[in-house]
Amino acid sequence: MRRTPWQEGVNMADIKADNSLDLRGVLCPINFVKTKLKLESMDVGQVLEIVLDDGEPIQNVPKSIKEEGHKIVEVKKEGEHFRLKIEKR
Amino acid sequence: MADKFIEDKVTRVPIKKDGQEVKVDFNDLKSGGFIKQRQKDQFTVRLRCPGGRIDTKKLIEISKIADKYSKKNVIHLSFRQSLEILYVDYKDFDNMVRDLEKIGQKVASCGPRVRVPTACGGCEYNPNGLTDTQGLAKMVDEKYFGTPCYHKFKISFSGCPIDCSRTKEMDLGFQGVVEPTWDEDTCTGCTICSKACKEDAIKSHPETGKPIYDPLKCIWCGDCIRACPTESWQAKRYGHFVRIGGRHGRHPREANDVAVFIPDEKVPEVIEKTLEWYKINGKRGERIGKTIDRIGLDSYMKFMEPVFKCGEPLGRKV
Repeated sequence: MRRTPWQEGVNMADIKADNSLDLRGVLCPINFVKTKLKLESMDVGQVLEIVLDDGEPIQNVPKSIKEEGHKIVEVKKEGEHFRLKIEKR
Repeated sequence: MADKFIEDKVTRVPIKKDGQEVKVDFNDLKSGGFIKQRQKDQFTVRLRCPGGRIDTKKLIEISKIADKYSKKNVIHLSFRQSLEILYVDYKDFDNMVRDLEKIGQKVASCGPRVRVPTACGGCEYNPNGLTDTQGLAKMVDEKYFGTPCYHKFKISFSGCPIDCSRTKEMDLGFQGVVEPTWDEDTCTGCTICSKACKEDAIKSHPETGKPIYDPLKCIWCGDCIRACPTESWQAKRYGHFVRIGGRHGRHPREANDVAVFIPDEKVPEVIEKTLEWYKINGKRGERIGKTIDRIGLDSYMKFMEPVFKCGEPLGRKV
């Protein structure tokens, strides 16, 4: 069984982001494209933090990030939006 | 002269077949995929393109042939994913078929038989795809195309519940499904699955954030599996939702959902057994949906039980 960072004893709050993108108000699929481009500019193992709106963005973007082979290492709900941390793979 | 543009069903015309001049009934030609047009001596030639997928090199060759034989230099994309070469003079059939044979392109068919199957992109390249619809369409085309029936018999494959191939409107339709299973230990309660689920089949626990799954609302699309960041949602089994007796046209009929989670390897058996039931119970000129309405769905379900028990039989009317 795959072990997650949580099980490995990493405190969620401790995952440090190397970069961040505020995607509130950005529509699908532009939000994903922006995430993808940002990740491409980063090194493997680095962490990108993104903020996504509820609704379609949170429905679609995590799936697409996974399909690109990256790993979502943290998800936090903050009111009407979500804060995600993505590890570049 | 008034009847000039009305399809003449009895006209017999001389035509070259195997180099010999023979009389051919225009109506008989339909079985070979040659469809009479309004225009005198002009036919539409329907090509056999299972799943609507065509090799690019072949497409170039097809377009050369179409350019050579279509009097108006046009191709039509049919509603069942075929290429139809328009305005072909019947006197050119012989040469045209020979040219098509040279590039390995077969002509399709019309009339009371198993038609060329249609399919979406499937799991090969479509992110939503759950089943290999293209591979299955190819198999069905090779094995069952042209099988004589009481009426037309349309088969299609959709790779997911979005059902682009409209399995609900087919005589026999197969739609991809996946049953999700959840592992509590790896779940972090991030709530993404409940957001990803468009069917309201997953709710998040207000405190832990962990999913509360309602199997009755689930349509087995796999969005939860695709969205889950920790792989806590996994595929338990893949298969096909099987639908029977659908049709569009003058008197549309929505298909009956008859089984779910039928594995790939049982698809040929489902087709064979269904055609067998149709052969026993159907009538000339009757679509299988009409046979079901006349004989009853129970008869079909009983007949299909040995095959459907490898998945889950449903038999409910949609």
